[in-house]
Amino acid sequence: MMDVLIPILTMGALALLFSIGLSFAYQKLKVKEDPKVEKINEILPQANCGACGYSGCRAFAEAVANEKAEITGCPVGGEEVSQEIAEIMGTEAETKEKKVARLHCRGSHEAAKNKGNYLGITTCYAAHIIGGNKQCVYGCLGYGDCEKACPFDAIKMGEEGLPIVDEERCTACGQCVEACPRNLFELHPISQNIMVFCRSRDSAAAAKKACKNACIACGICVRACPEAIVMEDNLAVIKDYKKIDPEKIPAIEKCPTDAIGRIKKEENHEG
Amino acid sequence: MDILTVFVAAILVNNFVLYYFLGICPFLGVSKKIDSAFSMGMAVTFVMTLTAVASWMINHWILIPFGLDYLQIVSFILVIASLVQLVEMFIRKMSPPLYQALGIYLPLITTNCAIMGLALLAALKDYNFIKTVVFGVGSGLGFTLAIVLMAGIREQLDLADVPKPLKGAGIALIVAGIMALAFSGFSGMIK
Repeated sequence: MMDVLIPILTMGALALLFSIGLSFAYQKLKVKEDPKVEKINEILPQANCGACGYSGCRAFAEAVANEKAEITGCPVGGEEVSQEIAEIMGTEAETKEKKVARLHCRGSHEAAKNKGNYLGITTCYAAHIIGGNKQCVYGCLGYGDCEKACPFDAIKMGEEGLPIVDEERCTACGQCVEACPRNLFELHPISQNIMVFCRSRDSAAAAKKACKNACIACGICVRACPEAIVMEDNLAVIKDYKKIDPEKIPAIEKCPTDAIGRIKKEENHEG
Repeated sequence: MDILTVFVAAILVNNFVLYYFLGICPFLGVSKKIDSAFSMGMAVTFVMTLTAVASWMINHWILIPFGLDYLQIVSFILVIASLVQLVEMFIRKMSPPLYQALGIYLPLITTNCAIMGLALLAALKDYNFIKTVVFGVGSGLGFTLAIVLMAGIREQLDLADVPKPLKGAGIALIVAGIMALAFSGFSGMIK
């Protein structure tokens, strides 16, 4: 009996001693903290994804309370959270449009030609090192590093070998942008409905040979809307989508390879 | 003379990081800048010294008289956790910049196996009180030495052309391995 009692009592007494000591020390050494930090921290999504640029939700809350960070800085919480933080901080939240990740490639299994079979480690990062199995060295490798990187389950690899973004779930945290070794993701405002689905800077002939949906730098879109679209290095680039006149979209969509145009429903789900 | 041997052995020969491979988490985590590496080393030294004292007292005044040697690990965990809490509160009050710089690694000292290893090793080697304290200080300084050297190398490493797959943790581990090899050269110093 004593064999059991003595250890229990000893450890209990030790623990009690330490906890009394600690709580006493806590009273002495308490640091007054801004109550706003705690309040803001409670509102935040607690995903600790780091999309705000701070090491976690708590660090972001501290930065907001010290007015070092914007109240709209949490892309995951979106507008709702910004509003609530604004109430705590006593300022108005400017509404910020939700952003979503979009893939700049349409090189599906059908469209893009393979140059061989890749039998190595099935991650994009590994495949990218040796050049991937597609002829196009700019396009999506299709091994789903983005799917694995997405903390919100918003990216699924489609049957076509390209990732599909669930725009409802996407929080623009930017993890996929980081994960893609070919830099094919970009965060767009959700209202942007037109984009270039290609990153190939190959010459027209090479690009066309590698992929049916490659930009071949024909310049039709640039001529249709010169104020917003420019040709850079054999690739059409949308400089400022807000300047695209909706009336000009049909003309832009005359793209012979479908490398620029409106986003199709099956490419990016809206919920 | 014996005490000097314990001290030197703790710093160089049986260095906690490079000989026992304990405390690798902060060794890799906080070794990007010499400043914060040094503060981390000091914080660890501080906690190590206190732990050495407290664990000796608990071991010799409570555990051994009651014949509870088998509770060493549990009671040392208790001591270390409480001490780290105390140190954290203290640093937070006295030096907010240091608190910021140490960040998550300060509470992580709790789970730093170097601290636990220190308490257990001191008990295992049956050091007397003075030796235990010297062992604690020496081990802390040894940790500081290792982490500061590592930080110095890593600061230079930022400028080096490291192959992409090895960047970051990869090259850090290789460097740690080479440092451990170099430190094994001290092993002839004590018998």
